[in-house]
Order: sequence, then C-alpha cells, then structure tokens
Amino acid sequence: MNWQNATSKAIIHLHVNGETQEVVVRNADTLLSTLREKLGLTGAKRSCENGDCGACTVLINGEPSHSCLSLAVEVVNLPITTIEGLLDSPVRTAFIDKWAIQCGFCTPGFIVNGHALLTNHPNAKEEIVEEWLQSNICRCTGYQEIKDAVNSLIVENDDSINKTHPRLSK
Amino acid sequence: MISFDFMYFQPSSITETIDMYNGVHEQGEKAMYISGGTEFITFARTNKVYADVIIDSKGIPECNVLEMRNDDVVIGAAVSLNKITNSNLFPFLGATVKQIADHTSRNKITIGGNINSELIYKESVLPLLLVDARVKVVKGTDVRVVSLKSLFDRKMKLSPGELLLQIIIDSSYIELPYISLKRTKFSKVGYPVVSVAAILKENQLRVAFSGVCDYPFRSDEIEAILNDSTIPIVDRIDKVLGNLPSSIVDDLQGSREYRSFVLKNVLLDVMEEMEMGE
Repeated sequence: MNWQNATSKAIIHLHVNGETQEVVVRNADTLLSTLREKLGLTGAKRSCENGDCGACTVLINGEPSHSCLSLAVEVVNLPITTIEGLLDSPVRTAFIDKWAIQCGFCTPGFIVNGHALLTNHPNAKEEIVEEWLQSNICRCTGYQEIKDAVNSLIVENDDSINKTHPRLSK
Repeated sequence: MISFDFMYFQPSSITETIDMYNGVHEQGEKAMYISGGTEFITFARTNKVYADVIIDSKGIPECNVLEMRNDDVVIGAAVSLNKITNSNLFPFLGATVKQIADHTSRNKITIGGNINSELIYKESVLPLLLVDARVKVVKGTDVRVVSLKSLFDRKMKLSPGELLLQIIIDSSYIELPYISLKRTKFSKVGYPVVSVAAILKENQLRVAFSGVCDYPFRSDEIEAILNDSTIPIVDRIDKVLGNLPSSIVDDLQGSREYRSFVLKNVLLDVMEEMEMGE
C-alpha cells in the first residue's frame, strides 16, 4: 500500500440495498452525505450529525449504525441497507397501523433500527426494546406509539403465549 | 461535513500499519490511527482535530480478537463495545461499556477508541484498571505487553506512532463480585454525572471513578478509606470526598455540589450492594 501515490478522493463501490453502486467520494465524506448527495437516497435524515439522534440510521452489515459517524470509504465491501431497502418490512406497516408517525422526520431511523431489533430479537423483552430504541430521538415525543408498533410485531412473531410482552397481555 | 481533506488507508497487518505511520511522519505530515472513528468524525466536523492521513486499524486481525486464550481474556482494540457485551467473556467490562452512549453507537465505538478518547470520561477503562489489565502495544518493531496502569495516567500515554493492539485480562477476575453504576443528568443515554465501577477481591473493595474529576481514576487512598471497617460507612464516604485526586467537575452536566451529592449516594449504593458494612 503506497500512501505517497494516494489522494484525498477515491472511486469506491458501495453495496446498497442489494445493488453495487460506483461513486466518487472525498475520503472525508460521511456515509450519510454520500447516500443523500451522491446516490439520491434521502431516507436517512441529516440532523445532529453527531450520533445523538438516530435520524440517519442505516444497517451496515446488518447492524444499526449512525451513517453520520461512518466515512463512506470505511464501509466499502459491507452490505448497507437504508430505509429505501426496507419497502417490505413489516415494521413500516406497523408504524402506519399504530399511528407511530407525527412529523415523520425521525421515522426512517426508527424503522431501520426497529427492523434490526426484530431481526435480531424476534421475541425481545421490554428491556431490550428500551435499550435499542433509546438510540433514536423523536422531537414530537411519539415514543409510546413507536414502542407499540415495535411491540405489536413481537407478539406477531411469537407463537408462545407465555412469552407475550407484559404490556400487550391486557 | 468535514472541511479538510485527508488520505485514508485500512492496512491489513501490523507491519503495514506501522510502516505507513512512520513513512507519513518522516514526510512531516500528520498521521492518525482510528478504529471505530466516531470521535475522529465528530471532532473533525467541528475542526477540533486535523490529520493528513487516517490509518484505520480495524483491518488488522490482532485488533479484532475477542476470545479466551489460555487463562486470559484477550480483546482487540478494534472490537466494538456491543460485541464485548454480547460475548459475555468478561461480564464486568460488558456491563460497564453497555452504559456508554447508545446501542446504535456502541456498534461503532470500539474499546480502543474509548480508552484513547480525548473526552474526560473513558468509562471502559474503569473495570480494566480494577482488574490489573495488561495491554499489548506496538511501536516500530517493538511489541510489548505492559500493565495498563503503567500507561494510563489521566489518559493513555502512548508515544507518537505507538498503537494499542489488545487488552488482556486475567480470567481469575471474571467470577469476582462487581458493580457498575452510572448516573446521568436526564436519560440513560448521556455523559456521566458520576460513574463508579467496583470489584471485590479477597474482601477488599477496588473502586474506579469517571465523571467526578476531569479524568478517570483509581486511588489507593480512597480504597483504603472505603475498606476501613472501623469507621461507619457514611463517615468513610465523607472522607472519600476529602481525598479525591483533584477538584470535582463543575459544568453543564452537573454542578460541583450536585456531583458531590450524587457521588455520595452512588458510593452508598456500591457499599450496600457489595456488603461492605461495618
């Protein structure tokens, strides 16, 4: 690896939503800005740019990640999923069914995070749901409906009555 | 947006990494190691840090180790905090790092990055100081294993170009009773007003602190006070406050008086949980 011939820009291949995209980036470009400004995927939202709010959440290698805290050049060769790649996710439908949307700005981040949560923990207990959802902020404070949407899928995914989430056992 | 340009490399071996750092340094340019890179990105965005070349250590196999090796737990510096917690290899460390930032961020924040942070908290170092952890570091061709304590004084004292590879913990500490308590200003996610980690070894309490002073610390004097069973617990805790290594932080997260109040209560909880009564 010869650093002396390197530049501050690169042509990279990103694997986004099942497709490989070639893109020219500055090494300093975050994944968030690359998705939005180079690939036109504006579902991940720019907000705090500090890893605090979760509005820019995408999946990197299946794990929820703040795309504002990754350089695009860091994630070459890793599968990336944005909200645009979750058209068929039951979490989207659950958010509609439970009215878990107010202004909608935080919604993509919550859905991406919720999708990863339910993929990894289909029978998640309340403690796990709380821990994961604390990564996202909703300025409209619609947290209860968002939790209800996620919890509704925990029930649907669970075939054991004994594992029913306490809040949903009423 | 990061306003300055830099070159980026993700080498796949220690030799390549060190050679690259030295080559950049010899040309009079500034190289910087990252692993998770979260702090670099946030600081670079606000022009608090600058580098001509970023060398990403997460491609180095030794930095990604997370396993029991003989009688040691070995953790690579580029292992994420969530992986440490989920592995359950060392529950005390897992419980402490689980309180850092939020779940999504912990997929990216690494143990090496947290210990080497420029922020004052560095909470993952607390359990490591208490279990006499060792660290494997490399500079040039010199790979050495030394006690973390010898390299940590308020912050990591790595020399320019020196790279933290691994953290090594004696497995005899794994089963010891421990507690890790963090108090924040508002929600569970946030910088600590006070963070205390404690472990009981041979009936002696070991305690380390973050958020109290403007650096994490473990103090022999404070441990001697807390282990002095001839004194009532509340008096021991009062005495601790008079023996802190520097003044208590006074900022927007919490005033000096508030942090002092919270620290007393956290220490009471620690003493009760660890059954350190008279």
